[in-house]
Amino acid sequence: MSARVHLDHAHRHHLLRQMIRIRHFEAKCVELYQAQKILGFLHLYDGEEAVSVGIMEALGPEDAVVATYREHGQAIARGVGMDRLMAEMLGMQEGCCRGRGGSMHIFDAKTRFYGGNAIVGGGLPLAVGIALGDKMQGRNTLTACFFGEGAVDEGEFHESMNLAALWRLPVLFVCENNLYSMGMALARAEAETDIARKAVGYRMPGVAVDGMDVVAVESAARRAVDDIRAGGGPQFLECRTYRLRAHSMFDAQAYRSKEEIETWRKKGPIVRFQGWLQDSGLIRPDEVTGIEAEADAEIAAAVAFAEAGTLEPVEELERFVTMDRVPT
Amino acid sequence: MTLAAGASSATITYREACRQAIRDALLSDPKTFIMGEDIGRYGGCYAVTKGLFDEFGEERVRDTPLSESAFVGAGIGAALSGMHPIVEIMTVNFSLLALDQIVNNAATIPYMSGGQFAVPLVIRMATGGGRRVAAQHSHSLEGWYAHIPGLRILAPAVVEDARFMLAAALADPNPVLIFEHVMLYNIEAALDPAVIAVDIDRAKRRREGADVTLIAYGNGLFRALAAADLLAADGIAAEVIDLRVLRPLDTATILASVAKTRRVVIVDEGWKSGSLAAEIGMRIAEEGFFDLDAPPRRVCGREVPMPYAPHLEDAALPQPADIAAAARALVRPATGRP
Repeated sequence: MSARVHLDHAHRHHLLRQMIRIRHFEAKCVELYQAQKILGFLHLYDGEEAVSVGIMEALGPEDAVVATYREHGQAIARGVGMDRLMAEMLGMQEGCCRGRGGSMHIFDAKTRFYGGNAIVGGGLPLAVGIALGDKMQGRNTLTACFFGEGAVDEGEFHESMNLAALWRLPVLFVCENNLYSMGMALARAEAETDIARKAVGYRMPGVAVDGMDVVAVESAARRAVDDIRAGGGPQFLECRTYRLRAHSMFDAQAYRSKEEIETWRKKGPIVRFQGWLQDSGLIRPDEVTGIEAEADAEIAAAVAFAEAGTLEPVEELERFVTMDRVPT
Repeated sequence: MTLAAGASSATITYREACRQAIRDALLSDPKTFIMGEDIGRYGGCYAVTKGLFDEFGEERVRDTPLSESAFVGAGIGAALSGMHPIVEIMTVNFSLLALDQIVNNAATIPYMSGGQFAVPLVIRMATGGGRRVAAQHSHSLEGWYAHIPGLRILAPAVVEDARFMLAAALADPNPVLIFEHVMLYNIEAALDPAVIAVDIDRAKRRREGADVTLIAYGNGLFRALAAADLLAADGIAAEVIDLRVLRPLDTATILASVAKTRRVVIVDEGWKSGSLAAEIGMRIAEEGFFDLDAPPRRVCGREVPMPYAPHLEDAALPQPADIAAAARALVRPATGRP
């Protein structure tokens, strides 16, 4: 990995494709939710796609990821298969967690994707521990830990930042600052709203980046990852972004104006990157259509896979409450 | 084997048994390390880890800041990454600061992930009253943890269990919590050199008797044994069952004893309402009702935050006389004092 983003033709298309895959996947999830095939909570990533896509580009396959409950995008960008992801959303045993986790608890051992954590702030100590364990086992890996700016309110954030810095652990802390923790505006929740500055208190390098700009995120992530791999200890990256949809599916959004949402929609990561590519003559409209069609075909196949899935027998309800062995 | 100062060659203290267990684990498995507050340079708040920092170094005997949630969560994360960590929490009251990690992560990740991940983690902590340290260091909350599916809960009372339960816990692919009662660390007893391992599944009969069953764990075991002595003087033969494992409960051993004696007193330092004793009593009611000649009785901690003054703390804890009185009332209802 290198700090420089090689924005060649293939990579440009790749970044756009990844963001479109996430966006279209979630659009399909909304349909399935309205059809009551997906149940429970559904937290959409619309507007925040550049964060996961940019960060994951800087990671290697041996690295670990700790995600949030708004993690469909994080999972797709990490390489979790859409078919098993969709099957999980539908509660099928072909799902990545056999239907045990659902939308908020996506785990995937193959890509070292450690959830899908729905306790805000609860994933940070895990990330510190995974990084510690990896380091003690002599692996040259890092753990990327995603969380929202709401997690910064939690004590676990501060404890984990301190521990990671104190022990110089290879953790990339990624704050997805979408300005609202559910309905609570950042300025109403934090005395210091410049989140990146929080890192200073832990003697940790902290950078704020435009989270609506996929290239800026990737570039910042690559720099941070290089420093971590060089043994420099943890890094903190605040990605300033915006959630364009409701917190979950039931949310009147009384806490913000339609105008505010519309302003941000115009700055959305796909609009912006695709617009720039088109304006610069770096992508043709038919190429965009091609990418979209490809994503839709993949999603259709994932839905077909999920809908053909089977339900885990109720007799297995208590399976995995305790484990017989540590999976290898 | 090294022995603690003051111990004879034939006996060992509970504290030393715990220490040897940890030392063995560090010697036998390079993936095991221990972390917690003041376990290293200081030697452990109850001196259980004394000397291990010098022997194994700061990487494997790892002092942590006062961040229970972060270091317990880090233990879970390290377990996920392939290590076999031991986390020490000073006392059960402090473990509440890490409740999120224990209940929401350690106990759920194997299940939520559909069996993709296990959490082979051991968390040790001190529990219980009797040291005159009042309401934030003395409670017995292990019953709460015994409520949680996904956890195994151990309460070693005898030195043999203190010495060998840890190895069994580390071999378990699931999170195991070990509760060491603070009043037991100085207890000294013989350790049979022929025993090199114990199970972490079964309750164990510590005294045989035909008239009444006393069920206890931790320091309560010794209170129950003392009560059995008092009862013996009255001609009542009490059987004493050491629970050892609070989750999963060994219901079979409990029921077998109750079927024999037909009377039962459950001893629990925890508060009576919603207690582990309530769970045991209800299991007996559900599955052993027709074996009983008398209603099950409980002797629990009084429902107060633990007071500091010695006479009050003693009154708040189950005492041998209370246990004996409860048993007598079952065996000889006409003469026994309730």
